[in-house]
Amino acid sequence: MKALYRVGFQTILYKEIRRFMLIAVQTILPPAITTILYFIIFGQLIGEQLGDMAGFRYIDFIVPGLILMAVISNSYANTVSSFYGSKFQRYIEEMLVSPLPNWVILAGFVSGGLARGVIVGIVVTGVALFFSDIQIYSYSVTFAVFILTAILFSLAGFINAVYANTFDDISIIPTFVLTPLTYLGGVFYSINLLPEFWQHVSLVNPVLYMVNAFRYGLLGVSDISLSVAFGIILAFIVVLAAYSMYLLNKGVGIKS
Amino acid sequence: MFALQIQQLSKQYSNGPRALEQVDLTVQKGDFFALLGPNGAGKSTLIGIICSLLNKSSGSVEIFGHDLDQAPETAKSLLGLVPQEFNFNGFEPVLAIVVNQAGYYGMPRHRALARAETVLKQLHLWDKRHTQSRDLSGGMKRRLMIARALVHEPHLLILDEPTAGVDIEIRRSMWAFLRKINQQGTTIILTTHYLEEAESLCRHIAIIDQGRIVECAPMAALLSQLAQETLVLDTAQALEQVPELDGFTLQQTASHSLEVTVSRQQGFSALFAGLKQAGIEVVSLRNKQNRLEQLMLDRVQRASGGAV
Ligand SMILES: Nc1ncnc2c1ncn2[C@@H]1O[C@H](COP(=O)(O)OP(=O)(O)OP(=O)(O)O)[C@@H](O)[C@H]1O
Ligand SMILES: [Mg+2]
Repeated sequence: MKALYRVGFQTILYKEIRRFMLIAVQTILPPAITTILYFIIFGQLIGEQLGDMAGFRYIDFIVPGLILMAVISNSYANTVSSFYGSKFQRYIEEMLVSPLPNWVILAGFVSGGLARGVIVGIVVTGVALFFSDIQIYSYSVTFAVFILTAILFSLAGFINAVYANTFDDISIIPTFVLTPLTYLGGVFYSINLLPEFWQHVSLVNPVLYMVNAFRYGLLGVSDISLSVAFGIILAFIVVLAAYSMYLLNKGVGIKS
Repeated sequence: MFALQIQQLSKQYSNGPRALEQVDLTVQKGDFFALLGPNGAGKSTLIGIICSLLNKSSGSVEIFGHDLDQAPETAKSLLGLVPQEFNFNGFEPVLAIVVNQAGYYGMPRHRALARAETVLKQLHLWDKRHTQSRDLSGGMKRRLMIARALVHEPHLLILDEPTAGVDIEIRRSMWAFLRKINQQGTTIILTTHYLEEAESLCRHIAIIDQGRIVECAPMAALLSQLAQETLVLDTAQALEQVPELDGFTLQQTASHSLEVTVSRQQGFSALFAGLKQAGIEVVSLRNKQNRLEQLMLDRVQRASGGAV
């Protein structure tokens, strides 16, 4: 690959990682604390009162969803705040004047979000192992879902940042769209518990597919067929990436 | 070969004015070129399009013969920009800003570090390399933008008001520095509202007004077009009355000073001969107005129908 692409990509990625590691207290620590609280409250205090869910102790059942929830919100948060910041302070112009093609710029920002998702995911998994005793059922499925989910939500955060004009705009989507989708995405329950109508409604929620595929990777059970889940995740990535490129090429939100 | 060739370039802001109208402009390789014009004339818009920060409405831009649309990577790698407004990540330290910029041009890190050291030392910022950019003074930020624009050794350097808000001493050293890199082969395009700066640095000049190029010529040719100049003369003795000089209109502005307008046909010799005859000893003289300033006011007024 051309040195321009390789070095340019490395530069953006290195800068992105440095950015969130410098503020680790705001980026890495909070998800760890939130997850600990979830485990204590839902896993131990309430979970003890509940019976099994899909054949697993409740605390073990919710581990995959909690990890993925942290990955989703952190990948998203990273690209949305980093790209919006570069627009707001205008240092995105440093890249725009340079010969870097748009796909390298996009790959750099998305990989930054992926890196944060991965680091937070590992931290939260470490916490989870402390509270539960799960064994990984399929390493390849676990790993693939983990990475693809982080990429998907990094792209979504990027698109959010392109359209954002104020700091409020970068928190509206996470609050009003992302959080409900993850809570209703089968993190805390199996959709088989829902009335039939709500089972069907749940199927339009993309997060459901990721959570279930990830749960399959860790526990070996899923409400959804694995190939359908992967198909949907990949389709989302392709569409979001194509749309991000379209926005960058047109200069939406960055070039008058 | 042209360092820059712009053809039929127009820009209509979607929510604003028509900022450029069919602009044609060429800049020779090795030139030191001034782009002048009043506030809102379209200078930054033109530069923004050349540097891919703005979308054009129509027209074409070539940098050293490489079309910006057809060969963007080659064209952009030859270009360095010092923008009018600061555009740093305020939390990033000086050295990181310059090294990262080199990275965006594909320069490997060890070379980028060496290059960053060179340019930061040239611009007297090496001591500040660990300072976050938001903690620099205005003049230091301007110099940091120059260092950042030079890190990849561009062949064409475009500076949009690089000396705005910079003190005299640093301005002088910036001039010397720009002259030096121009002599070493870098083509330079500069905008400024300090016309003496343009006059002393630049060999070609274009004047833009309301999105149109209203003048584009070598500096010397342009200055020689000036029909008349007004001089301010300081005299040794207090003047009791305004002397009568054949063909010249003199005006007393203070006890020791006179103003006189001299046309090109008259020349200065006749003036001084006349003054000597009248027994007036001149101790100093200066142009009432910078020559280029006079010229620019003239061109810009003509372009807008004289109504200002
Ligand atoms: N982002 C924008 N959206 C809409 N209109 C704009 C935008 N940027 C500039 N303009 C308008 O375009 C015109 C040209 O502006 P430009 O910034 O190019 O002027 P300039 O010659 O650089 O002026 P100055 O000497 O003040 O920097 C002005 O009328 C300005 O209001
Ligand atoms: Mg301007």
